Amino acid sequence: MTVRTPLRPLARILSARDNGDPPDAIEQKNIHPRYEEMRDRARTEGRLLFLAVCFACAYAVVGLRMGHLATSAPLEPLASPPGAVIAQQRADIVDRNGNILATNLATHSLYAQPPELVDPAAAAKGLAQIFPDLDESRLLEDLNGKRKFIWIKKRISPEQRQAVHDLGDPGLLFGPREMRLYPNGALAAHVLGGASFGKEGVNAAEVIGVAGVEKQFEGYLRDPANSTNPLQLSLDLTVQAAAERVLAGGMKIMNAKGATSILMDVHTGEVISVVSLPDFDPNNRPRPPVPGDDPSVSPLFNRAVQGVYELGSTFKTFTTAQALDLGLVDPDTLIDTRGPLRWGKFKIRDFRNYGNQLSVTNVIVKSSNIGTAHLARAIGAERQRRFLAGLGMLAPTPFEIVEAQGGKPLVPDNWSELSTMTISYGHGISISPMHLAAGYAAIANGGHYVSPTILKQDGPQYGPRVISKHTAKALRQMLRKVVTEGTASFGEVPGYAVGGKTGTADKPKPDGGYYEDRVIATFASLFPAHDPKYVLIVMLDEPEIFAYDELRRTAGWTAVPVGAEVIARVAPLLGLRPRAEPEGLAAIHLTSN
Amino acid sequence: MKSTLYVITVLGVFGLAFWAYRENYATQQALSEKQALQGDIGAAQTRLNVLRAEWAYLNRPDRLWALAEINFDRLGLLPLKSDQFGRVEQVRFPRTRILEFSNGVDVLNPGDGN
Repeated sequence: MTVRTPLRPLARILSARDNGDPPDAIEQKNIHPRYEEMRDRARTEGRLLFLAVCFACAYAVVGLRMGHLATSAPLEPLASPPGAVIAQQRADIVDRNGNILATNLATHSLYAQPPELVDPAAAAKGLAQIFPDLDESRLLEDLNGKRKFIWIKKRISPEQRQAVHDLGDPGLLFGPREMRLYPNGALAAHVLGGASFGKEGVNAAEVIGVAGVEKQFEGYLRDPANSTNPLQLSLDLTVQAAAERVLAGGMKIMNAKGATSILMDVHTGEVISVVSLPDFDPNNRPRPPVPGDDPSVSPLFNRAVQGVYELGSTFKTFTTAQALDLGLVDPDTLIDTRGPLRWGKFKIRDFRNYGNQLSVTNVIVKSSNIGTAHLARAIGAERQRRFLAGLGMLAPTPFEIVEAQGGKPLVPDNWSELSTMTISYGHGISISPMHLAAGYAAIANGGHYVSPTILKQDGPQYGPRVISKHTAKALRQMLRKVVTEGTASFGEVPGYAVGGKTGTADKPKPDGGYYEDRVIATFASLFPAHDPKYVLIVMLDEPEIFAYDELRRTAGWTAVPVGAEVIARVAPLLGLRPRAEPEGLAAIHLTSN
Repeated sequence: MKSTLYVITVLGVFGLAFWAYRENYATQQALSEKQALQGDIGAAQTRLNVLRAEWAYLNRPDRLWALAEINFDRLGLLPLKSDQFGRVEQVRFPRTRILEFSNGVDVLNPGDGN
């Protein structure tokens, strides 16, 4: 800061007086810089004040904004409008070709706010007319009651909504509701399962899966990131529809109580079609069976994965496979089939007497229990158990629907020699048809275990090897023979070289023992036998048909014709071209000579 | 000189203020347009969903089967059978038309005509 100069410095005034100059001139001279100094100061002060005001304003703005942020309700940033988010809440489910199996539909729910109602009596009357299932008097009672909020309908159609709207009562209100729709009705009902509402509010309700893939893939389907990525199943809509139709017809003709079929790709493990009859409409899922009742009576029961059955002679294939694989026998080894085979008090009999001995091939072709039991004895309990475990038959299948966990195989606690013998022909062990499909797939694809899956795969998904390629080939030839000259002669489908094995097992009574006149008839098949692509399991529950003056229940008369019809219908849909079977190499050799 | 500068500055402030004011409203307009568009997209998606669901419902196998049965006289549709597979050679392709030349004019050797 500069030293302030006085306006009339005494020294200069005095010297000016001495010189005779007017002292005022000095003051005049000094007053100008003084003014300038004062002006500068005022200006600086003004600037400072201005700056202070600016800062104050800025701080005030920041403070106010902070206050506003602190007191206001948080707002989510809207990437897309709320309508779209609700519409796409749950991912669609599509089949392997992209056809929709399950999707969402925006509908409305109807609720009433009684205090807002103008004329409760007219509203109740109108509503009862629109919804015939509503009781007018009860509705009126509710609408006149003290409650402030009443749900009237959880889901209404657009027409019903318009009709309610036309009633014109301001107390009747609509809330948006997302609804799960299965456009194909009962098709693949057991796989899809169904959905229902979870938490409910006025403006939205949570849709949750209650069974099948809807429940198994709940996390995937609900993930908002997947709302545009539908869940693609391995099912083929057309094949599934055809299989269901044929099976339903077969079930009716064979007077069966239930039926199931599984069509599986032997290389990828993809289940192309899985049917369980009777079925239901997932849009209107029936109530679960009351505890205590036989669950298998309910249409909700999935015979393909939940039902565990003694599948009878279809098991002989696995016993023979193991005996061949261990090198105990070859297809032409002769096996003693004199009956009955006694083991303690227990006797093993054949359906009819097949003579004293049969080759291994003929044990399969004629389906001899005694012959298979001899093979099993040679194999032994521990080796048999390990082999079946390798085929995944001692644990629930990894098939991806929640019900599959319920299909836990029933195996003997004490795997004795007798168990080994009965298991060899499919008694004393209960597995689901899905287990059987996986087992036959291993034979069909050359010896690899493949786990059955409901999701579309790309390319083969071979698991660990369970039998050698050579054994698998020998078995396929045997299975082909079962159809050409054995118990499954009705299974021949021209052009598709079906190979398979029948199984007829008496049904166990709930209180022990077996029924005389109730059977489970199974046909496990693969086609084309020389280069299998698919495995088909058909199982009928309590079939019987009157043919050639006799009531027949064996699989050869019941499950096999149905299986053949399924193959005849489904194979062309799968794009399988009928082909002549390749002749044996020996024949070619002879002609060339 | 100074006053000109002041005037220009003041005018500049006016201009900028006007520009900011207009930009503000244009932004708000764009935002509300975006909101409306997103609403439209949402509604269109919902509509599309309904249409797809309806398409799937109308094309459900049961219905197609029933329709094929009702219209059997006209369409004669039957399930696909194995003997319906054919070879490419069996397909009759439309014959390619060969252009016939008459009265051809030779332009390669124009000298010959004379």
